[in-house]
Amino acid sequence: MTDLLPLIVAKYNYWLYVILMMIGLYAMIAKNNLIKKLVGMNIFQTAIILFYVSIGYKTEATIPIIQGAHGGHGSHAAIHAADYINPLPHVLMLTAIVVSVATFGVAMALAVRVYQRYQTLEEDELRMRLSEE
Amino acid sequence: MKFLGFIIVCVTGGLLLYGTGEFPGWGDPNSPASTHLSNYYIEHIIEETQVPNLVTAVLADYRGFDTMFETAVVFCAGLACFLLLRDFRPKKERFYRHSPTGIILHVKNPDKILKTGKEFEYMDKDWVPSDLIIKTVCRILIPFIQIYALYVVAHGDFSPGGGFQGGVIFGSSLILLAISYNLKTLIRRIKEKVLGIYAAVGVLVYVGIAAICMLFGKNFLDYSALIPIVWDPHHVRGLGMLGVEIGVGIAVTAVMAIIYINIVSEGRHDEGL
Repeated sequence: MTDLLPLIVAKYNYWLYVILMMIGLYAMIAKNNLIKKLVGMNIFQTAIILFYVSIGYKTEATIPIIQGAHGGHGSHAAIHAADYINPLPHVLMLTAIVVSVATFGVAMALAVRVYQRYQTLEEDELRMRLSEE
Repeated sequence: MKFLGFIIVCVTGGLLLYGTGEFPGWGDPNSPASTHLSNYYIEHIIEETQVPNLVTAVLADYRGFDTMFETAVVFCAGLACFLLLRDFRPKKERFYRHSPTGIILHVKNPDKILKTGKEFEYMDKDWVPSDLIIKTVCRILIPFIQIYALYVVAHGDFSPGGGFQGGVIFGSSLILLAISYNLKTLIRRIKEKVLGIYAAVGVLVYVGIAAICMLFGKNFLDYSALIPIVWDPHHVRGLGMLGVEIGVGIAVTAVMAIIYINIVSEGRHDEGL
């Protein structure tokens, strides 16, 4: 136990994301209501997004916008990569957020259709209705 | 099922936590993710693109294909919502509200359609009167939200922002209008057909700018081909990115509104929430 604590403190960000991701996974597996499953899916995606963004972080670095380059015509000091955080995870997650919104919209539309047809969003009731048909 | 799920989650979580022991520390400048490609981006971005915002430059230029298909994914999501939910069946009965007095008419004959205008307004049985305070506050807020959205799109090259973010902010202003007034008000302002055309035009602007690059004899999405038609050849890549970001913004705005309208009214496009 004494060995574990410094390990958690040094990498507590990863621990938080894993816990958040497992909350989402548990909701997707165990919850009975389709909307709650969707909420679990969103929590899962949020954990992944946070994980990526934290990978891009560097200590003592600033946001990935080059300073002193606005409107100028190339007369600026040399750019050091250590001064700016990694832009690549931000780009990937920007598109991932958009995809998550799109998938969430389509999933909601499907849930609405399921409700229109079976008058329920509970999984066990849905299975019952399906076996009746 | 719940117990089994809990065990699966515990095992997966334990494996992932075990794996974090091998991960680089938080904020380590020498972590593998920050040592290869991203250093090239940071050091060469100004000489190659003249765009200070690294995220926009990587998004719209280095990874332009990714973003193009991302926009196509957003368009497809809007299309899927429309196809799944849109309900064109005519209504069996109609409700009209006489605006000056608030009297509600119930018309059972589906062929009898009253002319709506200043005197009568069309409504459905879920209609609830909107609160004056909410309506007034939202009416004041919405133009500022929209101006801010346009600012975020236009300054995507120089400050935090871009097409996706600006499009989402603009779309949320439309959704605010639909929530604070009612869905009919939004659909009166922006017709369903216009929204669909906007969603397609957004994708078309992106692909069109990329195709224009081909017409000038360079590669698809190589913005430096646009030098003959832009007014500022030094910032040609920034202007090309601005063009595609505007396309992305239009598509995202329209798709947000399409998804919202179709889901809240179950495709009937009547009163909604």
